[in-house]
Amino acid sequence: MRLELQGITKRFGTFVANDSIDLVVEPGQIHCLLGENGAGKSTLMNCLYGLYQAEEGEILLDGVPQHFAGPGDAMAAGIGMVHQHFMLVPVFTVAENVMLGNEATKGIALDTKAARERVNEIAGNFNFHVDPDAVIEDLPVGVQQRVEIIKALARDAEILIFDEPTAVLTPQETDELMGIMDQLRKEGKAIVFITHKLREVREVADKITVIRRGKVVGEASPTSTDSELAEMMVGRAVQLTVDKGEPHYTSNALEVKDLVVTSADGQVLVDNISFTVRGGEIMTIAGVDGNGQTELANALLGLEPGVTGSITLNGKELLGKTPRQMLDEGIGFIPADRNEDGLVGAFTVAENLMLNRATGAPFVKGGVLQIPFRNEFAREKIEEFDVRTEGIDQPVNALSGGNAQKVIIAREMSKDLNLFVASQPTRGVDVGSIEFIHKRVVEARDSGIPVVVVSTELDEAVGLADQLMVMYRGGIVGIVPADTPRDVLGMMMAGIPPEQAAIAPVPVTEEGAQA
Amino acid sequence: MSTVTVDPSTVLPDEGPIEHRIVEKRSVKTATILAVATALLALLLVASPRQGKTNFQITLGNEFFSIGEGGVVAVPAVPFAWICVAIMAVLTVVAFVLSYRYSKFPGWASAVFGLLAVAAFLSWAGAGAQGRLNVVGLIGNAILVAIPLVFGALGGVIGERAGVVNIAIEAQLLMAAFTGAVVGSLTANAWVGLLAAILAGAGVAAILGVFAINYRVEQVIVGVVLNVLIIGVTTFLFSAWLQTDMQRLNSTLEHRFPDIAIPLLSRIPIIGPALFNRPVIVYIMYVAVAAVWFALYRTRWGLRTRAVGEHPKAADTVGIKVNATRWLAVLIAGAIVGIGGASYTLVSNPSFNREMTAGFGYIALAAVIFGNWDPIRASLAGLLFGFAINLQSVLSVIGSPVPSQFMLMLPYVVTLLAVAGLVGKSRAPAADGVAYTVEGH
Repeated sequence: MRLELQGITKRFGTFVANDSIDLVVEPGQIHCLLGENGAGKSTLMNCLYGLYQAEEGEILLDGVPQHFAGPGDAMAAGIGMVHQHFMLVPVFTVAENVMLGNEATKGIALDTKAARERVNEIAGNFNFHVDPDAVIEDLPVGVQQRVEIIKALARDAEILIFDEPTAVLTPQETDELMGIMDQLRKEGKAIVFITHKLREVREVADKITVIRRGKVVGEASPTSTDSELAEMMVGRAVQLTVDKGEPHYTSNALEVKDLVVTSADGQVLVDNISFTVRGGEIMTIAGVDGNGQTELANALLGLEPGVTGSITLNGKELLGKTPRQMLDEGIGFIPADRNEDGLVGAFTVAENLMLNRATGAPFVKGGVLQIPFRNEFAREKIEEFDVRTEGIDQPVNALSGGNAQKVIIAREMSKDLNLFVASQPTRGVDVGSIEFIHKRVVEARDSGIPVVVVSTELDEAVGLADQLMVMYRGGIVGIVPADTPRDVLGMMMAGIPPEQAAIAPVPVTEEGAQA
Repeated sequence: MSTVTVDPSTVLPDEGPIEHRIVEKRSVKTATILAVATALLALLLVASPRQGKTNFQITLGNEFFSIGEGGVVAVPAVPFAWICVAIMAVLTVVAFVLSYRYSKFPGWASAVFGLLAVAAFLSWAGAGAQGRLNVVGLIGNAILVAIPLVFGALGGVIGERAGVVNIAIEAQLLMAAFTGAVVGSLTANAWVGLLAAILAGAGVAAILGVFAINYRVEQVIVGVVLNVLIIGVTTFLFSAWLQTDMQRLNSTLEHRFPDIAIPLLSRIPIIGPALFNRPVIVYIMYVAVAAVWFALYRTRWGLRTRAVGEHPKAADTVGIKVNATRWLAVLIAGAIVGIGGASYTLVSNPSFNREMTAGFGYIALAAVIFGNWDPIRASLAGLLFGFAINLQSVLSVIGSPVPSQFMLMLPYVVTLLAVAGLVGKSRAPAADGVAYTVEGH
């Protein structure tokens, strides 16, 4: 089925999210929609899928204009979508999710047997196995995504939209997804692949359309280089690799010994791990999300209850201290979920910049906020950290992801640091801001303090790393240098120690790394 | 670097969650609560020993066979109580041993424990009394008391499974009781009264729906306001209208649902007369529990209803009309609660009286949560609360030594113990109480 969008315009109030966008997707083709976060890609697809109503423009399928009042109409017309945030009911089984909205019945009862068979049949076509009776919330995200694909195919979708499908996947899962997309292409489906990851685009795209600030800025060939694509996306030349010099070690050190983090229900989330990060060095922690990295980072700030072992910073024991005391030890911390743990969304930029300093001078004197001082501080910081905001009084939830993250970074870096811990520092951040944030992280390292970065983006973990640690099921699989081949890193993320992957164990030259 | 020898496709975890090592923890919560309950009963027997026998009326005479002399079994009160306490103590020890071995104390054993506790307590309370402790009545009246609780809980479960918190169960019960009384009296027909009560329950639910679904007002507040409003409306109508002609407008004495004995079943000792010689609404209740369970878990309607309560956007993206689905669920829930409300004036009482639902709507709500948003478990919770409420009145009738003020606390003590000790983690539907709107329209 041939999909054609003509002059789609979508406004939210005065903000134009999509400005007269034209797009043609042919059957048997993977069409990449490339653009930064907030460029309007997802909005466009939501218009196509009937979730939003476009103010202007037309959707044509095989040349016939369509009018979608809701997703039901779009689905009936043969459009299926694999959403960025999976549209699966977490407590339902795979079969229930696949049949939802499209249920076969026997009399008045649901025909779950038919649904199960349908799941097995479609999964079988793609040579993967999904248990139809598994409950979604128990499945890893990669499998949940397959359920989303099965769901679309079960409705005989001819046009498939993948909205940032690889954001949550391991490198292997990404490769497998690419395989599935390729197979779908061969079956003659028209595929729209939304992403901002350049590597993937060049790998599978037949055609690339780049969107910036709600407008189509041009088409690119799959043979374009990363920097050409990035420049089109951002509108200026962007440095994609992390630029950092040789590390200059100092005598400072973060030493973690026998650290165990146990959850309330008895799961050992961080399982007896030890490592050392020297001053002037970045240790990145890679791994599939949910293998204990976030808990490890949280434990470094004293946020996790149920921790045993030892955390020493420059010889001083930190375990058992409250987060407040940890902050006073000079720890800068970027939480994994900035909206949940890093910022108070309804507070202004200025208020968020002083959130962890409300205990005394200079921000508070005699129990009273020093507003002029705070505002002066905030103005300085948004200048210094290039926070694009309408002013220091704008609530942070009105900022883009990149700018909100910069507010946190400004706050955490505006004090004397002895340790910097960043969890997913560039998650949901646009390419331009990623470059800026990486620069700041390297600056922190070059100031001579230990730096710990948790990242599920392998590119980032590799780019920033002086040492790279891979975690799996709460333990350390290995600590390796940054130039370890990606396929080895990928296998380590699935729990295979570097030695077993037939790789010579990395010589640990200095005191420190121990797996 | 040498080559990689492991094929990634063979080693990648294909499904299943990321598994962390598990440190098993012992949970002594249940065992501790059993120990406390056993100790309290033993303390009662020691501190306040009583003389004489307790007469338990087991059968009424219409059963297949009779138990005891004229259906009465007399047991030596205190020794019998001590035997029960002894078995409870054994169960408690078993619970501790099981928790030490990381095992769970089974639910049926908790139920046995509860029965023993009740038996011991009744035996002690009824000691030396001239009257008889009617076991059949104890269970049978508990069923009657539980009717509004069970229907209320079923309505609550349906509403909340669809994502609409129904605090207004109390209002729906009261309005239905009122309407059932008036229409039942005027038409001299209980069935017409029941139908009117169902419509009244659905009517109150419709007000909830308008504000909670269409106008996205905070659902708890709408519910509470509705409860207060309906108390006001019914009290006003009762004083200003019904009391002008009670005989014509508010007297269902002659028109209530009569007891219907089910052949054979009603002749089983104890449970026969208690469960199967009841007004038709009780039988509707049995069917309703099963029907709601089937509808929620086995039909298209149920799947969609649960989907909009868990993840409305996911439902929307597969073409399910979220708010229409919620509307239907809220109306059905109101209608079901309406049946429960009708039982006040068409089964239990001969007329409507102001505020006669006396907070049962809130207890039904507690049953919803206690029952973990499951129709069967919520109904069982409703029955348990009904039993506790009924026990209190039975004991005051036979003249137990316990001050009546203490007895009034009984249902709530039972609730607390049950919720604290016997319930695992309860989990509300994810989108419960959250209005649904799509940005961009």
